[in-house]
Amino acid sequence: MVRFLLRRLLIAIPTLLLVVTIAFFMMRAAPGGPFDTNRKLPPEVERNLEAKYGLDQPLGVQYLTYLTRIAHGDLGPSLKYHDRSVLDVIREGFPTSFKLGVSALALGAALGISLGVLGALRQNAPSDHAITALAILGICIPTFVIAPMLVLVFASSLGWLPTGGLTDARGYVLPVIVLALPQTAIISRLTRAGMVEVLRSNYVRTARAKGLPERDIVLRHALRAAILPLVSYLGPAAAGLITGSLVVEKIFTLPGLGKAFVISALQRDYTVVMGVVILYASLVIGLNLLAEVAQALLDPRIRLT
Amino acid sequence: MTAAALAITLAERKGRSLWDDAGRRLARNRAAMASLVLLGALTLAAIIGPYLTPYSFDQISKDDVWAPPLVHGHLLGADSLGRDLLCRLLIGLRVSLAIGVVASGVSLVIGVAWGATAGYVGGWIDETMMRFVDVLYALPFIFFVILLMVTFGRNFILIFLAIGAVEWLTMARIVRGQTLSLKQMEFVEAARAAGLNGGAIIVRHIVPNLLGPVVVYVTLTIPGVILAESFLSFLGLGVQEPLTSLGVLISGGALVMDQAPWLLIFPSVVMVATLMAFNLIGDGLRDAIDPKDR
Repeated sequence: MVRFLLRRLLIAIPTLLLVVTIAFFMMRAAPGGPFDTNRKLPPEVERNLEAKYGLDQPLGVQYLTYLTRIAHGDLGPSLKYHDRSVLDVIREGFPTSFKLGVSALALGAALGISLGVLGALRQNAPSDHAITALAILGICIPTFVIAPMLVLVFASSLGWLPTGGLTDARGYVLPVIVLALPQTAIISRLTRAGMVEVLRSNYVRTARAKGLPERDIVLRHALRAAILPLVSYLGPAAAGLITGSLVVEKIFTLPGLGKAFVISALQRDYTVVMGVVILYASLVIGLNLLAEVAQALLDPRIRLT
Repeated sequence: MTAAALAITLAERKGRSLWDDAGRRLARNRAAMASLVLLGALTLAAIIGPYLTPYSFDQISKDDVWAPPLVHGHLLGADSLGRDLLCRLLIGLRVSLAIGVVASGVSLVIGVAWGATAGYVGGWIDETMMRFVDVLYALPFIFFVILLMVTFGRNFILIFLAIGAVEWLTMARIVRGQTLSLKQMEFVEAARAAGLNGGAIIVRHIVPNLLGPVVVYVTLTIPGVILAESFLSFLGLGVQEPLTSLGVLISGGALVMDQAPWLLIFPSVVMVATLMAFNLIGDGLRDAIDPKDR
């Protein structure tokens, strides 16, 4: 296990390096720059700004400078917000996105796994078909359709919840529900598929033959193996959710990382974009690793090599 | 023996292939068959429908601004510029379906070629190719899209490419996994013993046997791509006015849903119906090809 983790962490370094390299050069290949504004800056000012951030150097030199800098854990200053560093920008957006993402994931997993298990236990019964139909509907309705409808009903008409913003805890309710809906749908489908297969396996039949109570068979024996495919889905899904959903942040006017990232990319705020890309890539790599470890813990047949 | 009886005997004698079986199972799946019919009707409507309406999708009319459904001959109403919603909906459906099919096609070709090669060749080449997939996985989707958009302008074809270029990653992983197990089969060994080279084995023996999972994944990729395009359109990065797509119509409709709800409702219904049809067909195909779960 320790050897596996060490090996994986060692592989993660070149992977991350490649991600940084690709993102760096793709970003620079795009036309435009961080100092293009509607009002053209005087050439001296622009030259001074470029010199200040080292953008006047050859691209190769800039790349190496950037690598040395991030190797020291410094993501650099934002090129657009002159008094803030990249870390400041991430610190402003990430906590909101993280809280929303984790809540949505927890809600989606709790509901999705319950519905999936229920469906598998009553396979092909009306309730199973109803759950499947709901799940497909949940996958097919885009968030930007369901979100304005929920706002219309629960915020504008009934006035129970705010239409946007995060002034108090009630502000989280609608965004979390909107984010959790498609997750619930996908998770319930994955759980049902896994469960249906496991319930037919020999060791579940053995458990039944031993006369174990059905509840123990389902929750302790079957579920453990049934959620293996779900675990490998959750790794990357969690990375996407906690780095912010642009659509939900836009509809509910939330100060999240998703919006900050897109604005930075459109304004060519190179350092902020790179910072968020590094954060996202690290999360994807880290959570995938976590998912693999979790799978090995759940299923002793899986050997980590 | 009459000709008809002879034909029956011959048909009986003909073996039942895996695909015949799968087809028969699919035909028994009512949800999948209904979806197939619905999807056929929607596709037909998207292709020939716009020619049958008396309006064109970009025809502005001052008298018809915000016309509700069934007023002034607008079956589904008109939008803020008086453009006929039915006509725009059909064009939008056409654009969304085209994006879905073409982008999935792109991801299919790249994904199958990449995954089958990596899986069949193995060794360090496999390791390198799949590491590359890991790297691309770790980059945010929206990052690619924004950079492509600002570099090449908002080109219709680029939306296909951008989405297809991201969707192939999962396909490559699925195909590689399947190839690894197919590679061990006797018929591949036989082909190798007969002197076929690697490329020919991949094209003639590996790829045809991958078809099952690949077909299933493609039918599930198409709705995913349509959804992805609609998100881009919602963010203003997708199809440009006056051309339209389901995503453009829905995001436009969501802005005015209290004064003109029909502009949100009809496109949403068509979108959800299309996506559901693809999903149900994909599920049906999976059950038909791999009947383990039934």
